Amino acid sequence: MAHIKEYIPIVGQSIIDELYLLAERLEGKVIQTVNSTAVGGGVAEILNCMVPLMEEIGVEMYWDLIKGGENFFNVTKKFHNALHGREEAITDDVLEIFMETSLQNVANMKMNGDIILIHDPQPIVLIKNRSKLPEAHWIWRCHIDVSNPDRKLWRFLRQFMLEYDACIFSAPVFSQRLVDTESGKEVDQFLVSPSIDPLSAKNKEIPRETIDVVLEKYGISTDKPIVSQISRYDYLKDPVGVIEAYKLVKRYIDCQLVLAGNVASDDPEHDKVYSEVKEHADKDPDIHPLVIDPAHNDIEINALQRASDVIVQKSLKEGFALTVTEALWKAKPVVASAVGGIPLQITNDYSGVLVRTVEGTARSIRQLLQSPEYARRLGENGHEHIKNNFLITRHIRDYLLLFLSTMHKGDVVSL
Amino acid sequence: MDKPFYFYTGLSIVELTGRRARNLVDLLDGIETLPGSSIYYHTHRFLIQHHYMFSEPLNDFAFWISDVLQEDLLAERIASVDIMQFSSIRQLRDRFIDIIEAYLKDNRELRTAPSGEEFHFMKCRTFVLPTHHAAETLEEFAAMIEKISRHSLYFHIFESRLRLEKETNDFSYWLETSLGENELAEKIARLDPYTQTLEGLRKTIHTLVTRRLEGR
Repeated sequence: MAHIKEYIPIVGQSIIDELYLLAERLEGKVIQTVNSTAVGGGVAEILNCMVPLMEEIGVEMYWDLIKGGENFFNVTKKFHNALHGREEAITDDVLEIFMETSLQNVANMKMNGDIILIHDPQPIVLIKNRSKLPEAHWIWRCHIDVSNPDRKLWRFLRQFMLEYDACIFSAPVFSQRLVDTESGKEVDQFLVSPSIDPLSAKNKEIPRETIDVVLEKYGISTDKPIVSQISRYDYLKDPVGVIEAYKLVKRYIDCQLVLAGNVASDDPEHDKVYSEVKEHADKDPDIHPLVIDPAHNDIEINALQRASDVIVQKSLKEGFALTVTEALWKAKPVVASAVGGIPLQITNDYSGVLVRTVEGTARSIRQLLQSPEYARRLGENGHEHIKNNFLITRHIRDYLLLFLSTMHKGDVVSL
Repeated sequence: MDKPFYFYTGLSIVELTGRRARNLVDLLDGIETLPGSSIYYHTHRFLIQHHYMFSEPLNDFAFWISDVLQEDLLAERIASVDIMQFSSIRQLRDRFIDIIEAYLKDNRELRTAPSGEEFHFMKCRTFVLPTHHAAETLEEFAAMIEKISRHSLYFHIFESRLRLEKETNDFSYWLETSLGENELAEKIARLDPYTQTLEGLRKTIHTLVTRRLEGR
């Protein structure tokens, strides 16, 4: 795990100094953060990096996990899909399963923060512990694209959101007014984009030999251009759409497609989507649908991204798409859907290409493979944008400001 | 002894209002009714988030009017508002209102943003903190200008003048009132900071101060 001073060569001394200035203002405060999984997925990744760094700059932060069985996580996967706008049967039985486990967590979890930061719908009901800690500030952090959620489920979750002091979303388009019609109380909402850790195994510089070892392990040739989508096997990431785009590119350019994902412990849909991907790949030897070995996940993802000539993220919905952040950080040309938080990261034709269709994806991949100078320019601009706005140090700053915001009102606050 | 210059920094978090505009009337309504921190945010966001880009920043209102509503004439009028000529957010807001109202009088047909491309009103909450940096002399000031964070530079040049409604930027005020460097203060006050990157601005200020030191 990297120490805070190791970020100085990347972001500069003054940016790190400012984190200490903010942390001093939180002296004596305890931050408790809660989510549903310790490994797999962007939230766990960020917390694994952030919690030790917070401690290092003097912020007392604890990370707890809720518990849940297979039924509970099947239900929360349905929630995830329905909040993204996919059709799911959110029946009363489904909500009952969710509430049963949630109330067990409410009863069993020890809440002890001055500021409590809850991630995503799985632990949202923990707000029911508020009466035990009436002085604490409660914040709910939503990492999901809720621009067009299932209305029944939104209403159900909204009752809990209204009990929080603040809610955080990853993109402006996810924001809806959160006003309690009875009391008139409006919940504060903040925009906090996620981030990547430039020094993690997934993002740090690695030698060419490491990349070659990974390519050899998975039977990927270094003789043909590599187009990749590195993302969970999830319908919302549209891996089948990526294969269709690849087939259109393949008419003109002899390239390879790498689809690579890992398995998050709270994602029960993985196997089904992976089977469909293999079926669509139709035994084309240049399509590599990989399930990354969890023991070497980060370094292998890093190697595959760095080996890629073009990186695609053809999602139908996205919370933020940290895979795009990772790709841009590695100065890769990226073709990605204009959904969720992706337009915050890519300015079309400046730091990547935004697309909406399979055909558009294919056309942009072809253009980038044929125009290396154009591809290089997009990659360099993308890298600079990520460096300035989407690294863990900016994320820590936002959280420190958020914690201070729960204690200080007003547009301009002098501390 | 001259009064030292204490460097502060301004760090902001973005607040979502949940309000959005689908057409010019909605946009006008938001500009009229939302707090000044929203007007400030939408006219300055680009400077800090894209501080390394060389192209002239557009404010968010102009960008949306042009990119989504494709009302290019109005977009150009809004983009061309010279923020340096305003000493308060209130005045700036009134200028935007005047321009949009005048445009609406002549153009009755309202264009509507496609679903998903609405304008989302945001605002920012800024925390102002003292840094550990200070300068007592022009030499120390030159050294510190190279060292301070871009947030600190941004705060003293943009935020302090417009949001705290000071007559000029903090650097010019101190140079004039504490060091009697009236000419240098005037030169910094006359810079056009909205058409430069923050690093470009830092270099320009540093060069002006260094030249003054060399010319003593």
